Amino acid sequence: MKLDNPELPTEIMELQMGPSHPATHGTIKFNLKLEGEKVLDCDVEVGFLHRGFDKSCEQATWTQVIPYTDRLNYASSLINNVGYALAVEKLIGAETPARCQYIRVIISELARIFDHLTCCGMAASELGAITVGFYMIEARELITRIIENLTGARLTVTYVRIGGVKHDLPQDFAERVTSTFATIRKLLADCDHLLSRNRIFLDRMSNVGVISQEAALSYSLTGPILRASGVNYDVRKTFPYLVYDQLDFEVPLGSRGDNYDRFLCRIREIEQSMKIVEQALEQLPVGPVWIDDPRLVLPEKEKVYGSIEGLMHHFKIIMEGIHVPAGETYFAVEGGNGELGFYVVSDGGGKPYRLRVRPPCFIAMGAFREMIQGHMLADIIPTFGMINMIGGECDR
Amino acid sequence: MSETDSELANIEETLGGKILESRQRHGDDVVVLDRAGLRESFRLLKEKLTFNFLSDITAVDYWQKKEPRFEVVYQIISLPNRRRLRVRVPVPENDPTVDSLTPLWRGANFLEREVWDLYGIHFTDHPDLRRILLYDEFQGHPLRKDYPVNLCQPRVPERHVDGTFVDERSHNKLLRLKKSLGSKN
Repeated sequence: MKLDNPELPTEIMELQMGPSHPATHGTIKFNLKLEGEKVLDCDVEVGFLHRGFDKSCEQATWTQVIPYTDRLNYASSLINNVGYALAVEKLIGAETPARCQYIRVIISELARIFDHLTCCGMAASELGAITVGFYMIEARELITRIIENLTGARLTVTYVRIGGVKHDLPQDFAERVTSTFATIRKLLADCDHLLSRNRIFLDRMSNVGVISQEAALSYSLTGPILRASGVNYDVRKTFPYLVYDQLDFEVPLGSRGDNYDRFLCRIREIEQSMKIVEQALEQLPVGPVWIDDPRLVLPEKEKVYGSIEGLMHHFKIIMEGIHVPAGETYFAVEGGNGELGFYVVSDGGGKPYRLRVRPPCFIAMGAFREMIQGHMLADIIPTFGMINMIGGECDR
Repeated sequence: MSETDSELANIEETLGGKILESRQRHGDDVVVLDRAGLRESFRLLKEKLTFNFLSDITAVDYWQKKEPRFEVVYQIISLPNRRRLRVRVPVPENDPTVDSLTPLWRGANFLEREVWDLYGIHFTDHPDLRRILLYDEFQGHPLRKDYPVNLCQPRVPERHVDGTFVDERSHNKLLRLKKSLGSKN
């Protein structure tokens, strides 16, 4: 490794930016080779939050897997739920009713707003813009309240089921969402005033962590990171699922592939997600939220306690799990970080034979080394922040 | 329908060493490839058939259900044509090696390391094949079906790193006191 100034006695310092670091969100270790402040090499060590998701899912029934999926990208747990349910429904060959599909779109977009607010708020606060961090946390808290009102839980919700969603939207959902979005738009406008022409923010984020279009495609990056490099690949537009093809929204694209473009992509995506939710609420049809298939759906409680067939039906579905026909399939949704894919292999029983999650931020960490080479130690913070590595998804 | 069939026929024509080609009923295109010359097959897929994006690499263990035991599954996407393709490569148990795709896609690095870590399938010419999700001293490959779910791992002694100091004193204060007092027990 060439050292810059041969007269100054230096040596390459090997430091570990350990798994527990106040500025890196999530458990990840960087084995750094530093020359002064400059990063010569960075070996990313992931896996500190590996909990054996794949193996655990093989022991649980198809519905019992849903809480496990919550805990993947725990900043956007609804998207994980929806992705899993869609993958299994694809294997079964089932299609949920229209209202359920609109509800799934709405909750996916709310979860996406939550994820992006977390990422951008944390990234900004680590660079010193703590006010922006607080504003975004306030916006995020409003979304959390909507989610809690809808599902009962704030973070890991287990709301989606195979064949539907657990229950219908509450009566005041649309008003709640409208008033929340008004507040969030105000907060985002404030954040924009604080950051987008802020010299310090621009200097720290622009031209740092650049990854070219060709390299981004080679590293299998997806999501805002890929779109910041200029590649227009959004699973919602390229391989539309649910009712995204009936909704009108844009996909923000960057050009330079640096941290600032990723930040802007996420901020613009929040606005687009709000637009999607508003359109979906307008177009929301009336109807059932469960598919009309007794093999997938639990019977009503009156039948369970009132008739022997209902009881048996309930018992079989809970104890054995729903029976998914043998086969394998792959289904991808657009997660907060990129293409969140589920590869499901079934042997015909009530438990998955193999369940694989394609983790977008795990693959993004593979590209981190190239992004950070040659930059300063302090540049690790915004670069890592804008990849939005969520430990649960990266390590599963 | 005919468009997709001709697309698959195109793939079949270009890749001769294919075992069977199927089309899943839900519109997935699946191709089962021979693991010999895999990198060349993928190069053809990438360059001639426009499948330029590698989405995922994973493996499945069909222990006692199917021969050969493992299957390495690749999900690739053709971004210009908006198509997905799934490639399954059967890998036998006695020789679990596959060509690495890192020369074609740099994203295969982490994905193949994970398959090595959890399944023990070796990727030839991988620049840095070591464990990624589990710690280095882990024994076994846990996602294999013959690895019990609640198997305990042996305790790992502290790693020795040059230039660092390891405190050898026992954390048990009673034990330390006994030792220092020269107690017989």
